[in-house]
Amino acid sequence: MAELSRELPSRQVPATDFSYVGIDSILEQMRRKAMKQGFEFNIMVVGQSGLGKSTLMNTLFKSKVSRRSATSTIEERIPKTVEIKSISHDIEEKGVRMKLTVIDTPGFGDHINNENCWQPVMEFINDQYAQYLQEEININRKKRIPDTRVHCCVYFIPPTGHSLRPLDVEFMRRLSKVVNIVPVIAKADTLTLEERDDFKKKIREELSENDIDVYPQKEFDEDAEDHLINEKIREMIPFAVVGSDQEYQVNGRRLLGRKTKWGIIEGIITSLFLPFTVENVAHCEFAYLRDLLIRTHMQNIKDITSTIHYEAYRMTRLNDIKTYTNGMNGHESTACEM
Amino acid sequence: MCITVFHWYILQKDKNARPLSLSGHVGFDSLPDQLVNKSTNQGFCFNILCVGETGIGKSTLMDTLFNTSFENFESSHFEPKVKLRAQTYELNESNVRLKLTIVNTVGFGDQMNKQQSYQPVVDYIDAQFESYLQEELKIKRSLYNYHDSRIHVCLYFISPTGHSLKSLDLVTMKKLDSKVNIIPVIAKADTISKSELHKFKIKIMSELVSNGVQIYQFPIDDESVAKINSTMNGHLPFAVVGSTEEVKIGNKMVKARQYPWGVVQVENENHCDFVKLREMLICVNMEDLREQTHTRHYELYRRCKLEEMGFKDTDPENKPVSLQETYEIKRQEFLLELQRREDEMRQTFVQRVKEKEAELKEAERELQNKFEHLKRLHQEERMKLDEKKKLLEDEINAFNKRKSAAELLQAQAFSSSSSMNIKRDKDRKNDTACSMEYSMK
Repeated sequence: MAELSRELPSRQVPATDFSYVGIDSILEQMRRKAMKQGFEFNIMVVGQSGLGKSTLMNTLFKSKVSRRSATSTIEERIPKTVEIKSISHDIEEKGVRMKLTVIDTPGFGDHINNENCWQPVMEFINDQYAQYLQEEININRKKRIPDTRVHCCVYFIPPTGHSLRPLDVEFMRRLSKVVNIVPVIAKADTLTLEERDDFKKKIREELSENDIDVYPQKEFDEDAEDHLINEKIREMIPFAVVGSDQEYQVNGRRLLGRKTKWGIIEGIITSLFLPFTVENVAHCEFAYLRDLLIRTHMQNIKDITSTIHYEAYRMTRLNDIKTYTNGMNGHESTACEM
Repeated sequence: MCITVFHWYILQKDKNARPLSLSGHVGFDSLPDQLVNKSTNQGFCFNILCVGETGIGKSTLMDTLFNTSFENFESSHFEPKVKLRAQTYELNESNVRLKLTIVNTVGFGDQMNKQQSYQPVVDYIDAQFESYLQEELKIKRSLYNYHDSRIHVCLYFISPTGHSLKSLDLVTMKKLDSKVNIIPVIAKADTISKSELHKFKIKIMSELVSNGVQIYQFPIDDESVAKINSTMNGHLPFAVVGSTEEVKIGNKMVKARQYPWGVVQVENENHCDFVKLREMLICVNMEDLREQTHTRHYELYRRCKLEEMGFKDTDPENKPVSLQETYEIKRQEFLLELQRREDEMRQTFVQRVKEKEAELKEAERELQNKFEHLKRLHQEERMKLDEKKKLLEDEINAFNKRKSAAELLQAQAFSSSSSMNIKRDKDRKNDTACSMEYSMK
């Protein structure tokens, strides 16, 4: 049934016919197209070495997307400057194909003097934007511009239990302006539940004190429904995670966890019958993180990257060029006058 | 609100992306759903352009296609020029919001001289591309909120003569085929017999091919729709009948046209190709039409426009020009320009100063001359005055001398004899008075 309403001026014309037109089949057409073309997701992990970044990535994507460097020497493990290592994998699930790129930052926060260690990261992110912009302003554009922009940056906070360190604050303050940051408390199995809650509260306070807007950002909530969902998430960040790729048997269920002398910390349940979490969230909030990043908000994360962060970068970049060419041309310069 | 899709692209199996198998359910298979949800919230845009002669049935077909009655009125046959009339509507079906814009040509094919008939149509299409390009080039842009007015499909209405295409049709379609997806339809198909129709379709298609007109082909690269699309490609152009009136057939009310000799049912596939058109246009290929418009027609327009404006991707040595290089080059140019302007200004300044100086000097000289002149005058006057003064002084002196001489004489006469003096005095006084009077004269 198709209802009609005239746009300007608005006028309601009641539908006289009840036959089917077929407009809603466009959803199916879109889905088909999406399946055919596949998706791309670029996720960056930032944190000191030994916090479990690679393990967490492997757990999130249930495959060895990150290689843990467990055996190399100190010199090999901690490079002289912060490096950026990007590894891509093609993964597929139920017909949906995705090119997943995990960007690692070995060397971050590992040196004695860590001033400016955010710079290589910032530069890398801006380089991806620059590359995309360059492609976009070409006259002969590619049909599909390859998207290497960093969609999400997972920041690992060491579980000190006290508060954020200056390095954390500095990094997140600078980078939350150019990329979506998702902070997580790493190796959360070293905190008791009360310590965890206190720590989280302290972190949330410090984030708001320093004006750090982590994902999901309040200002990008689209409507009331969105706001409700996102508020729930905001009350839980940063997620306290325990990464694990070892399976154990607990109470007849097979699950991923970490075995210690005092018990098995249940990471996530690998039962196929209940894909939507019966994860023991008392132990670890991995499930929430996974849901946020993958199952519900992935598209939204990508959208914010392209409509907000990328556009902001583009605006700054083009404005810089404009102020130089304005004098010459004497009129409003557009993006292509370069 | 319209969705303009930017992130659709073919997954490239490039060398640095290794395939990986997953050991469990990750959950990103919900991505297509996430994407569809987002699009549903934003709403969709679809813009149809109907080109055809007046009275050929464009508006009726649109009404039939979308099951509503859009506001339309009959145009006269006496339009001096071809005009385009666009109307936008918001349609809702299930949870899908569609912003539909229907653009109709007014007065197409009515003029005596039809040479420029296609121009307004081409101009309109270009104007929509231009407006999108402008938005895309803006520094502060909001493409995701932009109401996309680019024409996604052009339904070209062919008159059911049964013979062949008119030259106007060929010329117009040739001009439009690189700018928009063209789907030709045979209008008022209930006036042609089945056999005539078959021959007519073949004739039309061969004419289109021989004239190099590229009409829209339904895509056959996706397996799920390849079969139906390729079948339909063989039925082009669709012979359509439009009607919003209903006739009772059996126990149902169907859309049909009632003639004295029978009833033509719109949705009966034996009677006309209306269902095929609806199927292809809306149910199967709407998204593809939008995508072709954006990735092919719009890109072509953009490329031509930018090249026309003089922009290049590569510099004279054919190396790709990076943003940084162009920035540097422009910056250098700008600084040079600034320098040049500065020099120019300096020169102009010096020139002006010189001129002013000369003026001032001139004025000074004049002033000096005046001063000299006045000075001279003053001196002359002064001299005259001095002379007069001298004369006056001489006179005063002479008078004083006489006065003193007279007083002396008076004194002498007084001292010698008093009696005689009195008389003599009197006399003398008289005398002196007389002589004084005399000398005073």
